[in-house]
Amino acid sequence: MATHTVRFKIKRQDGPTRADTQRWEEFDIPWHPQMNVLSALMEHRRNPVTVEGKTVPPVVWESVCLEEVCGACTMIVNGRVRQACTALVDQMPQPITLEPMTKFPLVRDLVVDRSRMFKDLQKVKAWVQLDGTHELGPGPRQSQENQETAYPLSRCMTCGCCLEACPQVNDRSDFIGPAAINQVRLFNLHPSGKMNGAERLEALMGEDGVAGCGKAQNCVEVCPKEIPLVDSIADVSRQTTKHMLFGWLLK
Amino acid sequence: MAAKTSVRSESQKVRRVIVVGGGLAGLMTVIKLCEAGVPVDLFSLVPVKRSHSVCAQGGINASVNTKGEGDSPQIHLEETVYGGDFLANQPPVKGMADAAPGIVFMLDRMGVPFNRTPEGLLDFRRFGGTLFHRTAFAGATTGQQLLYALDEQVRRWETQDVEDEKGIVVKGEKMVRKMEFWDFLSVVQDENGAARGIVAQDIKSMEIEAFPGDAVCLATGGCGIIFGRSTNSVICTGTAGSAVYQQGAVYANGEFIQVHPTAIPASDKLRLISESARGEGGRVWVPKNAGETRRGRDVPEKDREYFLEDKYPGYGNLVPRDIASRELFKKAFHEKKGVFNSKSGKNENEIYLDLTHIPKETLKKKLAGILEIYEKFVGEDPYSNPMRVFPAVHYSMGGLWVDFERAQNGSLVAGSPRNQSTNIEGLYACGESDYQYHGANRLGANSLLSCIYAGMVTGPSMASFRSNMAKSAFDLPKSVFEKARKREQEKYEAILKMDGKENPYAIHEELGNMMLRDVTIERHNDVLDKVISNIDELEIRARKSGVTDTAVQSNQGATFMRHLFNMIVLARVIAQGARNRDESRGAHFKPAFPDRNDADWQRTTLALHKEGGSANHAVNYVREFDYAQNGKGVHITDAVDISLVKPRPRKYETAGAASAVAGTDDKKTTSAQA
Ligand SMILES: Cc1cc2nc3c(=O)[nH]c(=O)nc-3n(C[C@H](O)[C@H](O)[C@H](O)COP(=O)(O)OP(=O)(O)OC[C@H]3O[C@@H](n4cnc5c(N)ncnc54)[C@H](O)[C@@H]3O)c2cc1C
Repeated sequence: MATHTVRFKIKRQDGPTRADTQRWEEFDIPWHPQMNVLSALMEHRRNPVTVEGKTVPPVVWESVCLEEVCGACTMIVNGRVRQACTALVDQMPQPITLEPMTKFPLVRDLVVDRSRMFKDLQKVKAWVQLDGTHELGPGPRQSQENQETAYPLSRCMTCGCCLEACPQVNDRSDFIGPAAINQVRLFNLHPSGKMNGAERLEALMGEDGVAGCGKAQNCVEVCPKEIPLVDSIADVSRQTTKHMLFGWLLK
Repeated sequence: MAAKTSVRSESQKVRRVIVVGGGLAGLMTVIKLCEAGVPVDLFSLVPVKRSHSVCAQGGINASVNTKGEGDSPQIHLEETVYGGDFLANQPPVKGMADAAPGIVFMLDRMGVPFNRTPEGLLDFRRFGGTLFHRTAFAGATTGQQLLYALDEQVRRWETQDVEDEKGIVVKGEKMVRKMEFWDFLSVVQDENGAARGIVAQDIKSMEIEAFPGDAVCLATGGCGIIFGRSTNSVICTGTAGSAVYQQGAVYANGEFIQVHPTAIPASDKLRLISESARGEGGRVWVPKNAGETRRGRDVPEKDREYFLEDKYPGYGNLVPRDIASRELFKKAFHEKKGVFNSKSGKNENEIYLDLTHIPKETLKKKLAGILEIYEKFVGEDPYSNPMRVFPAVHYSMGGLWVDFERAQNGSLVAGSPRNQSTNIEGLYACGESDYQYHGANRLGANSLLSCIYAGMVTGPSMASFRSNMAKSAFDLPKSVFEKARKREQEKYEAILKMDGKENPYAIHEELGNMMLRDVTIERHNDVLDKVISNIDELEIRARKSGVTDTAVQSNQGATFMRHLFNMIVLARVIAQGARNRDESRGAHFKPAFPDRNDADWQRTTLALHKEGGSANHAVNYVREFDYAQNGKGVHITDAVDISLVKPRPRKYETAGAASAVAGTDDKKTTSAQA
């Protein structure tokens, strides 16, 4: 049985239009070995009682894989944006505060609406323009080196950490953010993805595109998969400049 | 009324179909439908890019034979059915093995960053149940990379307009309409019981709606969460499969649940350490001395027992999962030789999985994804410390029963509307939610393959069903859909009104603990009898739960309540199936019946839901049934199609035993000997 409890302080709100219900609630959750923020929330759900002894609706959060590959459980833990599943309780000062991300519309409690990130992937055409899924033989050969550059870029979980941390992503700007720019780099590296490289760059030429980066470099700091986002932005920025200057020549 | 066409119904509505689930299986189905010109509504509980397929680590099988070992689709077929202990119908397996190289090439063309050989070709590694290098991989996050590739292609289809038969764009209709954060509740059935659409709930606004569809596919994944903790994602509750089972779909081989030998013990999730760790040379051992107090890395070679290598010199650490899990369990649980913990003073249920003899550089290139998980969650460096692991529930070989049509050459008839069809007309299933490809035990890296292959089959199959149907769902009276919607609305409102004392999450924990303890590696009839009556009790108690959350928005408590009821129903199918099957085959092991019994049990378990029993969810196991499709009747029995590889005893002690091409003589080995 648990020997002690862990204090959590959680920011809550019942729905997007229910700012009137915004509040902090505190819970003492029984400790268990290897406890992480999500396993704590699961424990809480079995007995959702505040420190004042009031039974409340269990906190609402998003999670899927619990091993930091799906990106679902991103939230602000002790002031830092990250996945809650890998936030190990024993490694953190208490009380542990949980808040929803602030750069996306709130849904409820710790859940936000990140659909803009998926729309951005449409905008930059983050795909290879495949002829079809019928058998057409092997794909293009690629060097090990190319694979070793592409693979880390391809691990982006669309989790939103980089957007949350970026000062240029805010109410007053439409900056697309590092995640989508990194995808452009990824697809423009691929031997057949390259063939539509220009279209992707064009999608990033506007004010909301790659020029929107203010070089704060917060994105790399918070990326849980250590994707070299600053390099990606620099790389794509060079590509767009080149395309702007010489693109018409190459057409 | 105008005539029905391939795009429009008589009432001139665009004839869409529905795919529920956007893991590998669902996404592949969607792509194939789009390529056939069929517009799709795609529903998913979570953004499809976060589907559970993202978790898959080790890789995907295809006998491309880049290493010149003489691998071939024929050997892949043989090893798959042998690994599955001869419970899988062989024609679909053949279709899959034949298609595998093409599938991996397609994924490569989509841009999956597969690891490469120095020459720039795809690299392959070893996995369980084979001696060949047959598994293509992208680091140790292959599932994520495959899912992303299919997700990207589906996103492209989301931007494409629907065109009518003359090639004219239909305004406002896209080829794919994604409905994310929707929970599938049930299929809409017409007066003949055929599936004509679905009822689903938006889990943010909690609105319930009915959607017509000219065919419906469930690609809703596995059900590991029934066992509480597993390697599965939290959304893998099997709720959708359970719902249609309760509507009359046959559930097959439910008792076959795969327990993976190597996961990290924990209280929330049993995080997997992929078989690829052993494929790259990882070794499993325990200290010879049960009271060993030295740390794993300090135990010298002579004091270690490599029990899998000792007992199975042929396949060593890469014996199939059912066998490896039983051996690990035996060591730790029965022989009490698990890793000794001086703090607790006991031998824990933990075994060493050791990679420390492999150069760090190699590990980083090939396994970083899983080693990162170990490091993050255990807080120990696996490059210099042997990892501590234990078996965990991982995969469901059982699932919704689906049909196939056998072709002359032993494979499947391309485009037959019977392929992947459930016994509910118009309802298809594919991916982990079907039962078709793995028999009694799945080989590692065959699931990503079966998901994609089944998707490739289901798309064309649904398309031909749709072109042959007499009346489009879009021409049915609204009342059919309204009735179905109302039924679900009422059920939901009843859940919101529940104000009992029980906590559904606590009941789930009890269910999980019991299923994990009693219905996994070793099964005993007396224990199973208790489990079955406990399941009924749990159900009755679950009905006395309180749903404390009455919020209008994102009411996760109410959603969970529904999923819990559906989990309990499937738990019964699993436990009762295990109780009935008095033999040992693949993942199903009864110490009291240690042998495979082909005379009585070379057959598929077919479960139909019926009312009755103390919780009113009895299981009716049948030996045969009939179903209808586009006016034709099909008769089905529980016989397994073993027309391609004759059953023989399964023995992994001998190298190459799994691919003795000639068949009956299990002493004969082939070039498979590495
Ligand atoms: C940790 C781990 C590692 C693995 N590694 C490998 C490997 O290396 N190789 C291999 O071959 N296999 C591996 N597997 C197995 C493999 O990952 C799965 O079997 C496979 O990904 C299942 O895919 P799927 O498309 O059937 O379902 P999933 O990917 O689970 O997708 C299910 C979809 O259905 C949706 N859904 C579910 N319920 C509902 C509902 N009620 N309403 C609406 N939508 C719903 C979900 O949102 C999701 O989109 C691994 C499994 C695990 C757990």
